[in-house]
Amino acid sequence: MTTRILRSLIGGSLTGVGAVVAAGAAHASGMATPWQINLQDAASPVMERVHGFHNMLLVIQISIVVLVLGVLAYIIVRFNAKRNPDPSRTAHNTLLEIVWTAVPIVILVIIAIPSLKLLYFSDRAQDPDMTLKVTAHQWYWSYTYPDHGDFAFDSLPVAAEVLEAGQPRLLTVDNPIVLPVDTTIQVLVTTDDVIHNFAVPSLGLKTDATPGRVNETWVRISKEGTYYGMCSELCGVNHYYMPIQVKAVSKERFAAWTQEAKEKFAARPAPAVAAAPAQSIQ
Amino acid sequence: MAHGAAAGHGAHAHGEHDHHPTGWKRWVYSTNHKDIGTMYIVLSMIAALLGGMMSWYIRLELAEPGIQFIEDTQFYNVLVTAHGFLMVFFVVMPAMIGGFGNWFVPLMVGAPDMAFPRMNNISFWLTAAGLVLLVMSAFVGGGPGTGWTVYPPLSSIAYHPDAAVDFGILALHVAGAGSILGAINFIVTILNMRSPGMTMHRMPLFAWSILITAFLLLLALPVLAGALTMLLTDRNFGTHFYDPAGGGDPLLWQHLFWFFGHPEVYIIILPAFGIVSQLVSTFSRKPVFGYLGMAYAMSAIGVVGFIVWAHHMYTTGLGVNARAYFTTATLIIAVPTGIKIFSWLATMWGGSIDFKAPMLYAIGFIFLFVVGGVTGVALANAGIDFALHDTYYVVAHFHYVMAIAAIFAMFGGYYYWIGKISGKQYNECLAKTQFWLFFIGVNVLFFPQHFLGLAGMPRRIPDYPDVYAGWNMVSSFGALLTMLGTFLFYYIVFHTIRSGKPAEANPWGEGATTLEWTVASPAPFHTHEVQPVISAGDHGHGGHGHGAHPRPAE
Repeated sequence: MTTRILRSLIGGSLTGVGAVVAAGAAHASGMATPWQINLQDAASPVMERVHGFHNMLLVIQISIVVLVLGVLAYIIVRFNAKRNPDPSRTAHNTLLEIVWTAVPIVILVIIAIPSLKLLYFSDRAQDPDMTLKVTAHQWYWSYTYPDHGDFAFDSLPVAAEVLEAGQPRLLTVDNPIVLPVDTTIQVLVTTDDVIHNFAVPSLGLKTDATPGRVNETWVRISKEGTYYGMCSELCGVNHYYMPIQVKAVSKERFAAWTQEAKEKFAARPAPAVAAAPAQSIQ
Repeated sequence: MAHGAAAGHGAHAHGEHDHHPTGWKRWVYSTNHKDIGTMYIVLSMIAALLGGMMSWYIRLELAEPGIQFIEDTQFYNVLVTAHGFLMVFFVVMPAMIGGFGNWFVPLMVGAPDMAFPRMNNISFWLTAAGLVLLVMSAFVGGGPGTGWTVYPPLSSIAYHPDAAVDFGILALHVAGAGSILGAINFIVTILNMRSPGMTMHRMPLFAWSILITAFLLLLALPVLAGALTMLLTDRNFGTHFYDPAGGGDPLLWQHLFWFFGHPEVYIIILPAFGIVSQLVSTFSRKPVFGYLGMAYAMSAIGVVGFIVWAHHMYTTGLGVNARAYFTTATLIIAVPTGIKIFSWLATMWGGSIDFKAPMLYAIGFIFLFVVGGVTGVALANAGIDFALHDTYYVVAHFHYVMAIAAIFAMFGGYYYWIGKISGKQYNECLAKTQFWLFFIGVNVLFFPQHFLGLAGMPRRIPDYPDVYAGWNMVSSFGALLTMLGTFLFYYIVFHTIRSGKPAEANPWGEGATTLEWTVASPAPFHTHEVQPVISAGDHGHGGHGHGAHPRPAE
């Protein structure tokens, strides 16, 4: 046990990190990179605005922390018992108290205006060009394309042992969602069983799949590429192993793909709820 | 005096301060606020060890990608769930409200005991029974792997068919009933049993914080109890409150849970505000700056805490106007919390600060609270929640602002008051070492989680994509430091009680102006038998008397 712990904390992790750098580099656009400290790259208008808003917030956050900690550091140096043996007795200053109530209110208004703009912009699609329907199950997703012949397919995670080179672990699926770029897409999200959450960070997507409800969100993908996400609401034992993979292609390739997909998935029955997912992914 | 008790009213025992029952009856039957407070603190320390071990095991699993130790991922979910429940309901609440609240609210307001001493006893034992039920729940069937939020349908009978979730529900019911009784006790004690001259506006801020917390408990816990009862009947008696197939709605649970859950985080942090205010004032040798503003900022936080609950639910499909409202309301909380931060700084400004271990913890608290506060300002915005909801950013935020900050206030309170509780003083050098170990540990542990969250790593997962390996390793290393700091704390407790130097009645000097420092250390079994009379004091600040000078009648 002790050796395992040590290995885990020192040796093992380093090899783990090393192994990933190569895998991460190939897919830099649609997933995180090792030692990343900020948001994933944006590939949709919502996520671009999230980036802009977050950059503004970051400036405010860092300024507040630096200001408060700076004052704290000054106090520690200037007003310790050695340098200042006689404490003052000041316990009130009405003007100061009004200022430190009013200034935060002004900062909050400055935050609230772009925040609410972003919120209303992100709410739903204006005149969507197509619809993607997402249905969550324990523990896989299925996708329906109602505007392209209403075909549907299941998207199961690919086990680590059978991954090909460049396919990231816990993020790769057998049948990715294929979507066209520069197309406004309405996304409808629901579930067959417990609550899940359909999330793709770089596309600014994160919506609960709740029983008895169909939630609406939208995306307009700006760049071709592969984008990854994970289920983002605790949904049981395989919650960590419920990836989402989006392949964004040109409109022409998307049109060609829908023709193939219609035939490929027509042969199969509609998403089988009864199919035991735990077995099928092994 | 222990040996005198059997003789009952022997001449020597009569009228003696420390006349009390002995053996197990002293504790099990106790109606004494100090003994009950001590039992709460011991209970909290036991639960903290359990909850802490769970978190270290979680961090061990997460130290590198892949499943290393916890093959059974249901067990991982159970660890996550139990860690949350233990820390919230059986560590922070018992220590701050049951422990320090029981010990020091009567002492500070000049009351001889709590208003309802027998009810105080049942409050404690209900909490203890709740802890036993919660621990049992982990051993029933597969355990509750629902997260502390217990969202149906995952928590329903279809997905958790054994009795684990029912045990969890009963644990919260029982502990919640104990907390409601305790809240009533504190409200009545503080409103009715203050000494002459101890007006509301002279009351120490710790007593204020407990009063406001008690109101929050009284209003929030019944909502949780109702929601839990509906979950219980959904699971066992065929009702459909949360089941759309029968006309119910899983979102009903989320609304009720968070209507309780958001005030709950203020229930955790308000007593910490109170403790930190006492510490900052004592060790700066200054009265609290803007005392009234501080008291009413806490009240405002309590009120606003009830109207922001759905900021936990931005991704549930809530209407856009509702999200706009909850964004705005949530941002407003930054105003009273800002007042508190600035007032603590202003209290220190011009002070003559003595950096004893409790003061280090108070300053550490301010640091953590500011860092956790600014990430809260980000999370308040529904528009950015697409990026942050259910990621490690949230984990980092609430550990900074609420969990670890509360633990800092508890450590500070412990070092501040242990002399009064045990009659022995802690070792300053050991305590400062413990502070630095713990302070560096928690920051190494939780700061990288902001990065993980921004990069999109979801919470509550036992394995993660390999790109997140780096910061997870750093975070787990921080957990190791935190673990050492925690163990050192338990050693300091042992060391203090075993071989600490006798504590003076007031070891902190002129800065410590509250009434508990006017009684001997350890505080006698019965205190304030003759009511102390409080006058406006000689600080001359219009009598807003945190600085009010007690004049014990003895």
